[in-house]
Amino acid sequence: MRPFTYERARTPADAAASAAQVRGARFIAGGTNLLDLMKLEVETPTHLIDVNGLGLDQISETPDGGLRVGSLVRNTDLAADERVRRDYAVLSRAILAGASGQIRNRATTAGNLLQRTRCPYFYDTNMPCNKRAPGTGCSAMGGVTRQLAVIGASEACIATHPSDMAVAMRLLDAQVETVRPDGATRVIPIADFYRLPGDTPHIDSNLELGELITAVNLPKPVGGVHVYRKVRDRASFAFALVSVAAVVQEDGSGRVAMGGVAPQPWRLDAADAAMPQGARAVADRLLADARPTAENAFKLTLAARTLSAVLAQARA
Amino acid sequence: MENSLAIKITRRNLLKAGAVSATAMATPSLAAAQQATQAGMQAMSATVTLRVNGAAREVSLDMRTTLLDALREHLHLTGTKKGCDHGQCGACTVVLDGRRVNSCLTLAVMHDGAEITTIEGLGTPTALHPMQAAFVKHDGYQCGYCTPGQICSAVAMLEEVSQGVPSHVSASLTERPLLSAEEIRERMSGNICRCGAYSNIVDAITEVAGSKA
Repeated sequence: MRPFTYERARTPADAAASAAQVRGARFIAGGTNLLDLMKLEVETPTHLIDVNGLGLDQISETPDGGLRVGSLVRNTDLAADERVRRDYAVLSRAILAGASGQIRNRATTAGNLLQRTRCPYFYDTNMPCNKRAPGTGCSAMGGVTRQLAVIGASEACIATHPSDMAVAMRLLDAQVETVRPDGATRVIPIADFYRLPGDTPHIDSNLELGELITAVNLPKPVGGVHVYRKVRDRASFAFALVSVAAVVQEDGSGRVAMGGVAPQPWRLDAADAAMPQGARAVADRLLADARPTAENAFKLTLAARTLSAVLAQARA
Repeated sequence: MENSLAIKITRRNLLKAGAVSATAMATPSLAAAQQATQAGMQAMSATVTLRVNGAAREVSLDMRTTLLDALREHLHLTGTKKGCDHGQCGACTVVLDGRRVNSCLTLAVMHDGAEITTIEGLGTPTALHPMQAAFVKHDGYQCGYCTPGQICSAVAMLEEVSQGVPSHVSASLTERPLLSAEEIRERMSGNICRCGAYSNIVDAITEVAGSKA
């Protein structure tokens, strides 16, 4: 691990200002992903800004009937919150499908959104990787791609976003609340939060330099049956090959988002609109622009079948 | 031992400072090197107080020191094990402010004033914690390397269940979780046992959970 300096931020605005001032600074909250990457020198921050003391660890009700989830709420606490279990079950289910008990106890809401890809070439500092070292090339192209993206990727990068929680957040139209280095705040709809790789795969999100997530807001509950189904190589503590989050209403309408298939949680209006026509119609629209490799083309079949199982479960 | 890391840093910074002053003035001055060393020490190291197994312990450490390395290398509590050092195996599991965590994936400097319970704080050879006794009774190990992590994890996991924290395999999110073998396996998936003593580990945890209920 490279040496770094360390500070405990006193306010969110101070943290953001400091992050913009010090070149190579990073926020640290749970640290479960950042420290893992620092040990491998995939991440080499020169300065860590500890945001754990900022008091952003509460879940509160909003005037419009939703929930405001502080950015430092631990994954365990978010999944176990009674209001989340009752009104946003797909979010509880998605969080519980990820990582281990120990990691969920430390990992935070904002940190989960901002975790980096688990593409093996991103982790291997001996290999070219445009996400880790811009301009060096993509080792996954022509390499081992079984786990990687089938849609939304580019010639420069076919990494997937690894989060389960983010898939549920996308499904629920969550909004990301931030503070910028000048102290100004803004709200970013989760649909606009992530960036597709294009030719800048090293930039995962639309956050600006120093911008700190302070909360993630959930709109008022949408009702319906909530399902999160994750398909992976092990029964527990593994990343998704494919995951499906769905809210299905009594009349057959609803919404669907997928994980494990794209550089960001994957959801399309056209696919949601096809819900009354059944799983095949939804999958066809959701994955219409897929460009799989020979090795991960199985994900298209797996995604369609998982979606079919999810809709059957929701109707049962 | 507590100072050995600090000495190493001093030496590294001294070498670094020596190299810098060598370019600047051809002969490195010891005073300049020491000054640079002190500045480097301020920026790259810290003193924190950890409350470990009920006792306050002050440690001076390099910022990079994980909680795991602080426990093992600075406080010489070697019951907590280093396996993968990446949060995947669970051998380093300790209870931090009441919750099980991977001590390898957090920095000691982030936990000034925190309460930490390690395997040494759960029980002693003459007064075993019920979970330790159950692991012995059910032969919940072979080589024993993962065992301290398994036991710390299991004790904190039962606390999570009693608080109503659901799991991936809980049939209902709103009813109290029942502690079936399936639930124990899922909730313990962050602790790997390469000897494969899983079925005996599940038996040991089941017994302790049963006696608590």
